[in-house]
Amino acid sequence: MSFGQSIIFNEIQGVSHQMKILVPIKRVIDANIKVRVKSDQSGVELNNVKMAMNPFCEIAVEAALRLREAGEAEEVIVVCAGPANGKETLRTALAMGADRAIHIESEDSPEPLAVAKLLKAVVEREKPGLVILGKQAIDGDNNQTGQMLSALLNWSLGTFISRLSVEDGAFHVTREVDGGLENLKLSGPAVVTVDLRLNEPRYASLPNIMKAKKKPMEELTAAALDVDITPRLTVLKVEAPASRSAGVRVHDAAELVDKLKNEAKVI
Amino acid sequence: MALDEATLGQLRETVRRFVSERLIPLEAQVAEDDVVPESVVEEMRALGLFGLSIPEAYGGLGLSMFDEVQIAFEFGRTSPAFRSVIGTNNGIGSHGIIIDGTETQKNHYLPRLASGEIISAFALTEPQSGSDAASISTTARREGNEYVINGTKRYITNAPEASLFTVFARTAPKTEGVKGISALLVEGDIPGITIGPWDRKMGQRGAHTADVTFTDCRVSADALISGAEGVGFKTAMKVLDRGRIHIGAVCVATAERLIDDSLRYAMERQQFGQPIAAFQLIQAMLADSRAEAYAARCMVEETARRRDSGLPVVTEASCCKLFCAEMVGRVADRAVQIHGGAGYMAEYGIERFYRDVRLFRIYEGTSQIQQLVIARNMMREAGE
Repeated sequence: MSFGQSIIFNEIQGVSHQMKILVPIKRVIDANIKVRVKSDQSGVELNNVKMAMNPFCEIAVEAALRLREAGEAEEVIVVCAGPANGKETLRTALAMGADRAIHIESEDSPEPLAVAKLLKAVVEREKPGLVILGKQAIDGDNNQTGQMLSALLNWSLGTFISRLSVEDGAFHVTREVDGGLENLKLSGPAVVTVDLRLNEPRYASLPNIMKAKKKPMEELTAAALDVDITPRLTVLKVEAPASRSAGVRVHDAAELVDKLKNEAKVI
Repeated sequence: MALDEATLGQLRETVRRFVSERLIPLEAQVAEDDVVPESVVEEMRALGLFGLSIPEAYGGLGLSMFDEVQIAFEFGRTSPAFRSVIGTNNGIGSHGIIIDGTETQKNHYLPRLASGEIISAFALTEPQSGSDAASISTTARREGNEYVINGTKRYITNAPEASLFTVFARTAPKTEGVKGISALLVEGDIPGITIGPWDRKMGQRGAHTADVTFTDCRVSADALISGAEGVGFKTAMKVLDRGRIHIGAVCVATAERLIDDSLRYAMERQQFGQPIAAFQLIQAMLADSRAEAYAARCMVEETARRRDSGLPVVTEASCCKLFCAEMVGRVADRAVQIHGGAGYMAEYGIERFYRDVRLFRIYEGTSQIQQLVIARNMMREAGE
């Protein structure tokens, strides 16, 4: 897996308390819903299915809010690219406490590279000191956007983080890697992608949900940002995993060995 | 003002998640310990759940009745003990002030009730006065610029936690009837108030009721709700009226929860080689419960809409309380039956709901009192 790498730049630009944090979020099928493949195998059924903010994106929003509450940042901006109903998901983030939102409307959900390009354009407009993303979205599990964005921007990158702090003008992160934990110091500006254990996201309070309506939401398009989001990938077919047949109970070790040898042919 | 669909949807979704993720897993523990953990109460405060029905000008959400019942449909999907924590501040504990309080009283108490900083209680029932609320004998004697309260209140919800009581007492002799009853705001920490031990109840463990005894308890004359004597009984009736729709919504929610649990169990439990849900006698119970819960949900929503549009709903609110409370009793009974032996065992929690919902037919006006209200209104309307 190539995206496990992190890049540290020598040039320390420092982290300012007037820093803006940009949090890109994605609208996905609710994690508690059992997904169904469309009958024509063109994709997953989205009609009349409950949608929600991608859980990793919620963790990213929470991380940004905590930095702002700790005085490390001044403003938290959330951004979402995709169909119009993404505004609902942005409102959830505003209700959690984000200051303002940007919606980049498109007919379909853009591919990771297109999203990364859109985000690069937003970064150039907003000039955040930190971009916090979920490590992946639970729909496509692509795990690409953060890495692509950091490459496009040529910014420091910390993926799969379970700890994030700002110390001495740099971002200190702990990465969850295959071999254990890796501590990194990233010079700003930086892109980080968050893992499950970074924090437990708050519930938006009911008064804040009602106030979220009044927070600013800017509407943009890919054309306005001069980004080509034409899909480069073609989905040939989507199918559900083969259903697993029930297991059998073996009476003794000898029978198990026999089955492993002759039926499963694994030993 | 009614909320737009998207905002209401987010409120509902947030409450639903909170109930599923935080409250449902704690149901057995709360029943066992007879207490809702303070950390959970704190989360309820942070969510803004104490101020659902308190006007926005006083720090609440100021939900319309329709929006409030939508929230109750979600919040009621767990043990009623959790709802009881926020129940008084959103209902009988605050509405005396909202409906008939003076501006000073509203400014003084409502923001703290909305935030959940203080818990409130409604002190009407007495040892000798339940359904016949006009017969209370607690007295509030005027002495200079004070009232001196004497008497005992019984089964007062949230009394052990409350720091504000709406107390109904006689400011004129019994011969004056309901015109001698006044409502007073009494803070919980003043001399002369004694809170009895927690009552031991059939269900709803975690929600507390207790006796509240007043012995020469002195409050300022400003404590009089509305600033006038003799209108307390009217205040009490108005407060209870409004609460009836909310209680109806909570009954719907509890019924829907029990139906979900029963359906899941019936589809998993195998007997005679197939899930018991395949048997028509089980299907009949599921269908009856679903139809009744649906009817109840519709009447609660319709009554809430009527009330929001300014129409009188005294009869309809009593219909809601009567039908919904009786309905959830039948649904809980069927839930136990569908679960069979498991329904009778504490481990599954169904028997706990069966005991919990029994209270809905009794408090805030028994089913029989609702019947009287409905029938009397019918006769009054016919006579007009």
